Amino acid sequence: MKSNTKFSALILFLGPSLVVIFVFFFLPVIAAFMMSFTDFDIYSLGNLNYLRFVGLNNYEKLLNDPLFWKALKNTFYFVIVGGPLSVATSLGAAILLNSKLIKYKGIFRLVYFLPVVTTLVAVSIVWRYFYHPRFGMLNYILGFLGLGPFDWLGDPNLSMPAIIILAVWKNFGYNMIIFIAGLQNISEDLYEAASIEGATAWQQFRHITIPQLAPTTLFISVITMIGYFQLFAEPYVMTQGGPLNSTLSIVLYMYQEGFRWWNIGYSTAIAFALFVIILIGTLIQFRLQKESE
Amino acid sequence: MKKFFIYAIAIVAAIMTFTPFLWMLSASFMPTGAANTYPPKLFPDQIDFSHYKNLFTRLNLTRYLINSTIISLGVTAFSLLLNSMAGYAFAKFRFKKKKSLFQFLLSSMIIPGQVTMLPVFLILKNMGLINTYWAILVPAMASIFGIFLIRQYAFSIPDSLIEAAKMDGATELQVYLKVILPLCKPILVTLGLFTFMGTWNDFLWPLIVMTDMNMYTLPVALSNLMSEHVQDTELMMAGSVITILPVLIVFLALQKYYIKGIMMGSVKE
Repeated sequence: MKSNTKFSALILFLGPSLVVIFVFFFLPVIAAFMMSFTDFDIYSLGNLNYLRFVGLNNYEKLLNDPLFWKALKNTFYFVIVGGPLSVATSLGAAILLNSKLIKYKGIFRLVYFLPVVTTLVAVSIVWRYFYHPRFGMLNYILGFLGLGPFDWLGDPNLSMPAIIILAVWKNFGYNMIIFIAGLQNISEDLYEAASIEGATAWQQFRHITIPQLAPTTLFISVITMIGYFQLFAEPYVMTQGGPLNSTLSIVLYMYQEGFRWWNIGYSTAIAFALFVIILIGTLIQFRLQKESE
Repeated sequence: MKKFFIYAIAIVAAIMTFTPFLWMLSASFMPTGAANTYPPKLFPDQIDFSHYKNLFTRLNLTRYLINSTIISLGVTAFSLLLNSMAGYAFAKFRFKKKKSLFQFLLSSMIIPGQVTMLPVFLILKNMGLINTYWAILVPAMASIFGIFLIRQYAFSIPDSLIEAAKMDGATELQVYLKVILPLCKPILVTLGLFTFMGTWNDFLWPLIVMTDMNMYTLPVALSNLMSEHVQDTELMMAGSVITILPVLIVFLALQKYYIKGIMMGSVKE
């Protein structure tokens, strides 16, 4: 019978990190939850005596706040269009690099992966110029195809697509790596058996690759969705939420309310709304996955 | 024919992925105004280093580079120490409620970090740490993901090694320092790389806690620089190159470990 580890060793090894996680994560979660029921603002920041409990007021205000709804709508647009587009691009790239016909896989993989490791703020700035209506490289290239010129970041209908394109470019390499590993785990026998029976490439993709990758796809969809709900730096750097609030995201709105106007109570309510949305989104994805099995 | 198609797609995709980087680098060497011409130039007519010179002399970039370096290295060092100790403990120590405690930590990862930002800001403000390196260092010293990664790896260390060291009279701390840490080297490199790059690239938190210009990290400085120099395309590109270059070099040197980390992070319990 092996004995338990000594208490002093537990304190030494687990103490520091658990204290940090408690003080800077769990305690703030509880505090934020409580603050979301108060009118904590710039005055209470100076003197806590001004702090009042306001019940569900912040959440009520949220439901009647057109800017919040706008931010919510924009964020959903980004998640629902950008998320699947990202995942599909990653899968496409993974299938491409998993092909036996292609050489120099290492180089291609490296190039596709580069945007992932670069600083989001820096590449957002680069893309801002890339999207320039008159001098931007993108419009120049599209010009050859007879398209444009587009005012990518100045047109409220194009601003979110522009941010989605940047996000797909920035992120697809990450999930591509996970998909490649998933593809390599699929047994060759399945494909051989299918081609003996005369299945086309598309049929093989549809009936072998997709079902076999389902757990990987679920994982990727969930982490992509969670990450995309937290959209912030791209609109902050490229559009400041504009034009006409067309790229205002939930986190950007939370940041503005909390750290620009110091409406702390209201801002924490926005943060909790985000949490609830992410939670529901995750549960829905798991449910959908289960139903399709 | 099929092979040709696949190569064509792969090469076009590679060009599309790489063009923004190429243009960034190229524009950063163009004389002022040259990047704002139609048709856009992909290569500079003459190499002009003045934007880099400007950034480091007039615009204080050295300071931001130092800030980013100290903060990223500091977070990496502290969090590697704390996470490796906790990860090892969760893998190998025996104590009550170990499993449920760990499950609790894991499940709390669904809570987005933004929820905690205002309270953490207020805590740090009360501690007088806003506008100091500690405002970024302290909250990042331990992470649930880091503990998880180390724990997964530490499972593979045979108990017999630990028992043998203890037979020889090693204390828990000596076991950790002399047996566990050396064996965990690959995962420590992976986690260190993730932490370093994540901290370097982070924007929202430094933006919140560093309000004094002298304390800006590179991404915050860059975003701030743009508000004044939005017309100076070439200067902004030079700033972007300098911000990206350090992480890129670190990544290229250690990419094997980074890829492994992605794989480990995606392995379900």
